[in-house]
Amino acid sequence: MPQAAGKSVLRFKGVSLFFEGAAALQDVSFEVTEGQTRILFGSAGSGKTVLLKVALGLLKPSVGSVYVFGQEITDFREEDLYEVRSRIGMLFQESALFDSMTIAENVAYPLLNQKSISVPPEEVMPRVEQALRFVELEHTLDKFPSELSGGMRRRVAIARAVVTEPPLLLYDSPTAGLDPITANTIMALIVKERDLSNATTLIVTHRYQDANLVAKFRYNRDLASLEPVLNGNSGPGGGTAHRTVFMIMQDGRLIFEGSQGDLEASTDPYITKFVRRVH
Amino acid sequence: MLDFLKGPVFAVQEFYLLAGRAVRNIFRRPHYLDDVFMQMDVIGVGSLPIVCLTGFFSGAVLALQMSRALAQYGQVGRVGQVVAITLVRELGPVLTALLVAGRNGSGIASELGSMKVTEQIDAMRALGTDPIQKLVTPRVVATATVLPLLTVISDFVGMFGGFTIASLYLNIPARQYWSSVWTSLEWDDVTQGLLKPFVFAFAISLVGCYYGLNTTGGTQGVGRATTQAVVVASVLIFMLTFFITKIFVSNVAV
Repeated sequence: MPQAAGKSVLRFKGVSLFFEGAAALQDVSFEVTEGQTRILFGSAGSGKTVLLKVALGLLKPSVGSVYVFGQEITDFREEDLYEVRSRIGMLFQESALFDSMTIAENVAYPLLNQKSISVPPEEVMPRVEQALRFVELEHTLDKFPSELSGGMRRRVAIARAVVTEPPLLLYDSPTAGLDPITANTIMALIVKERDLSNATTLIVTHRYQDANLVAKFRYNRDLASLEPVLNGNSGPGGGTAHRTVFMIMQDGRLIFEGSQGDLEASTDPYITKFVRRVH
Repeated sequence: MLDFLKGPVFAVQEFYLLAGRAVRNIFRRPHYLDDVFMQMDVIGVGSLPIVCLTGFFSGAVLALQMSRALAQYGQVGRVGQVVAITLVRELGPVLTALLVAGRNGSGIASELGSMKVTEQIDAMRALGTDPIQKLVTPRVVATATVLPLLTVISDFVGMFGGFTIASLYLNIPARQYWSSVWTSLEWDDVTQGLLKPFVFAFAISLVGCYYGLNTTGGTQGVGRATTQAVVVASVLIFMLTFFITKIFVSNVAV
């Protein structure tokens, strides 16, 4: 990855979005580079989900430009956006699994429907099984989403997001509505995926402990578990704290962008609400 | 005043855009034939019992009501003719369409509405599928195919219902009843009897899809979308049947 570091993966340039006169996003500008992990905090209704949907091209900005993998997608037609979206994995807030399909069909969906991904039919099931094995749910292939718990559905949705091995992953409140133990399992999976695939990751959350886990832990392949990262550590997944950038949104505006140290040092009352020092 | 009109005008524009895309997609790849057949099964086979039941009783009640009116002129023997023309031209298509609007228009709106509020529509777009191609077009094609067929079945069952009354209460011989049914029907009646369900099918499916895809406000919004879809589709059916009938009646007058 070192040679690719610094390459722009996602860039917002002065993006604003208005819904019936009300601003959901106001003059948002930032740039995510390859291999980086971004954590986006914000209270409910601050525009976090809208930001992710704009990044995917599901919503078009009223003003400004959005660049994905260096291409400006702001004026792309829906047909042209499919190619861009095939390189982005997205975990929706409520998992958004298709109720009428089995777990296997849900996970196979992007492999079979993304036009720019051509997977031979005989390879679809092995890849589905592999993705489900990654989230430790390989035994649920023939079940329907309604038969699974909230945490399991979230894990299946992660499998569906990563099955195409996209270089950019967007997670919308991955732990919302889950108990702390399940939430930890989900965050551990996100860290594992990030460190195994070196994917650029953007996580929307409102739990500081999730962000802390992502910033301060890495996945160790040999031990097959998470371990704390020491600053300056190199190697696969090493030095995560260095490449984790925090962003905070308030009423559609991006009011903070910086490292975990900057975040914890901030005295802004809105920002300090999100920061709980975890030792 | 302009602000007041903005909402409805925008809704009509969005509806026509959806209709245009849904119809255009019939001729574009990919074709989701599995979904078309599944919808045909849900809408067509699923509605068959209720369509037959209402068809039978509407034919029977028509025969009963008309027998009293015709008796005043000593024309009870013509009950088959009245039942056939009324059913084929008007009651069959409208009643069947109203049933399908209540049963499937609401089903389409609630299914798509639930998918919308749980972000499944967004997920579909994010995973490389056009929701109009995958969800709307199959429902439109399936409804436009099965509604005329359901109407034909409903018409026939209705005539049979009329026959039951004619035979059991009015003592009209079977041969007389069926021959008056057969001779009274003209191509003009059959044409409008088949054109109407075809047009209604577009109204029912597109209205259901439109309200479903524009659902906002969680589960409460799904309920609202479902109600609106049934109300609007039902009103449209009555308006459309008037205009189609007017075209056919004008032609006859000319």
